[in-house]
Amino acid sequence: MDKKIRIVIAKPGLDGHDRGAKYIARALKDAGYEVIYTGIRQTPESIVATAIQEDVDFVGLSLLSGAHNELFPRVVNLLKEQEAGDIIVFGGGVIPEEDLGFLEKRGIQAIFRPGAPISDVISFIKSKTGSTAA
Amino acid sequence: MVPDNKNLKNKKSIWEETTLNKVTSRFPARKNLVTGSDEEIDNLYIPDNNFSYDEKLGFPGEYPYTRGVQPTMYRGKFWTMRQYAGFGTAEESNSRYKYLLEQGQTGLSIAFDLPTQIGYDSDDPISAGEVGKVGVAIDSLKDMETLFDGIPLDKVSTSMTINAPAAVLLAMYIIVAEKQGVTKEQIRGTIQNDILKEYIARGTYIFPPAPSMRLINNIFEYCSAEVPKWNTISISGYHIREAGSTAIQEIAFTIADGIEYVKNAIGVGLDVDQFAGRLSFFFNAHNDLLEEVAKYRAARRIWAKVMKEKFSAKKEKSLMMRFHTQTAGSTLTAQQPDNNIVRVAIQTLAAVMGGTQSLHTNSRDEALALPTEQSVMVALRTQQIVAHESGVANVVDPLAGSYYIEQLTDKIEEEAWNYINRIEDMGGMVKAIEKGYVQKEIQDSAYKYQKSVEEGDRVVVGVNKFTIEEPAPSGLLKVNPELQKIQEENLKVVRSERDNAKVEKCLAALSEGAAKEDVNLMPLIIDSVREYATLGEISNVLREKFGEYRESIVL
Repeated sequence: MDKKIRIVIAKPGLDGHDRGAKYIARALKDAGYEVIYTGIRQTPESIVATAIQEDVDFVGLSLLSGAHNELFPRVVNLLKEQEAGDIIVFGGGVIPEEDLGFLEKRGIQAIFRPGAPISDVISFIKSKTGSTAA
Repeated sequence: MVPDNKNLKNKKSIWEETTLNKVTSRFPARKNLVTGSDEEIDNLYIPDNNFSYDEKLGFPGEYPYTRGVQPTMYRGKFWTMRQYAGFGTAEESNSRYKYLLEQGQTGLSIAFDLPTQIGYDSDDPISAGEVGKVGVAIDSLKDMETLFDGIPLDKVSTSMTINAPAAVLLAMYIIVAEKQGVTKEQIRGTIQNDILKEYIARGTYIFPPAPSMRLINNIFEYCSAEVPKWNTISISGYHIREAGSTAIQEIAFTIADGIEYVKNAIGVGLDVDQFAGRLSFFFNAHNDLLEEVAKYRAARRIWAKVMKEKFSAKKEKSLMMRFHTQTAGSTLTAQQPDNNIVRVAIQTLAAVMGGTQSLHTNSRDEALALPTEQSVMVALRTQQIVAHESGVANVVDPLAGSYYIEQLTDKIEEEAWNYINRIEDMGGMVKAIEKGYVQKEIQDSAYKYQKSVEEGDRVVVGVNKFTIEEPAPSGLLKVNPELQKIQEENLKVVRSERDNAKVEKCLAALSEGAAKEDVNLMPLIIDSVREYATLGEISNVLREKFGEYRESIVL
């Protein structure tokens, strides 16, 4: 039997807007995934430590303060440095269109912007794992 | 409401069986006819024969203040139009404030960046990426002097969205005023200073509940003696609603927070009438116009009862719920952003017909970025149009007497009391937060709402219906990425120019004071600020003594 897909939903930076992150965490759990939610105000270092310790397949980052260009790539780099570059990083929040290219180049594989339905996130996860079930 | 309405209930049943049924058997009512907060709505509202005008409504400016806290409401003077603003450096924010004042805004509302709100200097490693992003970066008195340069603090009232380090920012404001020759007795404004909703919903806490409540009491006590026109707290439901609560939960949890603050202040020996008149509130304005109006009316009535019956407050001012309103950020859509102008106009009507004392209207582009000057102007103009052209401000409590509004007001009140009593039974709000009860209730509502949007049961125009292909929005406001460096340089200068021996001495005194529970920390913080001790330095002294709060995660 396939191992269940494990996802950490994390809030880097200092903003406390956790409505979206908590929704995604709960909706992914309902969809059958193993989800770990970190809580707010996490450093990239602590997120990466959690991801490695929990042996996750995905890291989903949620940020609404505008610090995404600094903090999202930092998570990707730290994962690579710690030989966990196979963990797939995606993100969401108030992220302007013009930053999407920048983030993609730095290894963030998908960005879900305001109004994106959970089905988009699930399709993305499925496309990366090649599985139809969670 | 009208005495000769005997047998109305029976008449309604007959109407349902005959006239209504004839139609609904062929054309049933639309699905999901619920309020914005998912409350069932009856097929028709009729007069309630048990309705007591005196008990439920009274007259404006009189107990229980359902119809408003002032006798004239906007017939005398409009609400204060107060746009929340701030970004980048103190210079940039200063010029935005001057622009807003020139456009006819009547009060300032300061947005601080996240490091400032959590008590970190711009050069702290934890501030990386966050400096100046969601508000202005303030590290020391120097930045605050720049922020208010050329703005006469005896003329404007200033609201500051600052919570955990509220004492420090208030201290800075007092000294900036002093340097302008304006006394503590003259300055008018508000600090948010509402830590409980930070634990519940907003997240910019620093210290655990006990020392945080002490700081709040210190501010209450200091201001009641020294800064009499200052609103010492803005007990906020806004962020609770933004986190996904219902309208009922918004006012219930906010009032439960208020009860906790009042209990605490009385607990340390303050007289209720000495501080209660300076308590203010802050609510959200959502799209369900009628539910929102009923919500504000219910909130006023509950608070008046709480203060009179539970805390035996005597002064009229202590019973009045005065509140600021902001339109709902969470209702703004990134899709077809011009539609947001319409949403904000509806929300403005709700706040005004609900009797708000001041209002911030969101800008069309805020689901995407901080607003540009042009979009802020449209938002302000929306308030001005409602004030000067719509006519709704010419009459006090215009929706009173509507069968629906009165019954909805009663229902919201009743359900809010259920929550308030449940929280009291748990031992008060701090206990309820520590258990994760309040957070869980909000989350459940948020989850349910989002599901209903995803499943199409709730229509959000431009998001899950009436969608179009549209080009990427352009002309968004971008915060200067070099800002952190600029702030770091400024800090270096401040640290080299100040008298560091004096700073050390003040911080040592603050540390000593923090260790003794009966010391009021306000004067010690003012001394430190005056010597240009930074926000981070002061907060770190307190962190060392008080420790830091860790959230209890509930999913």
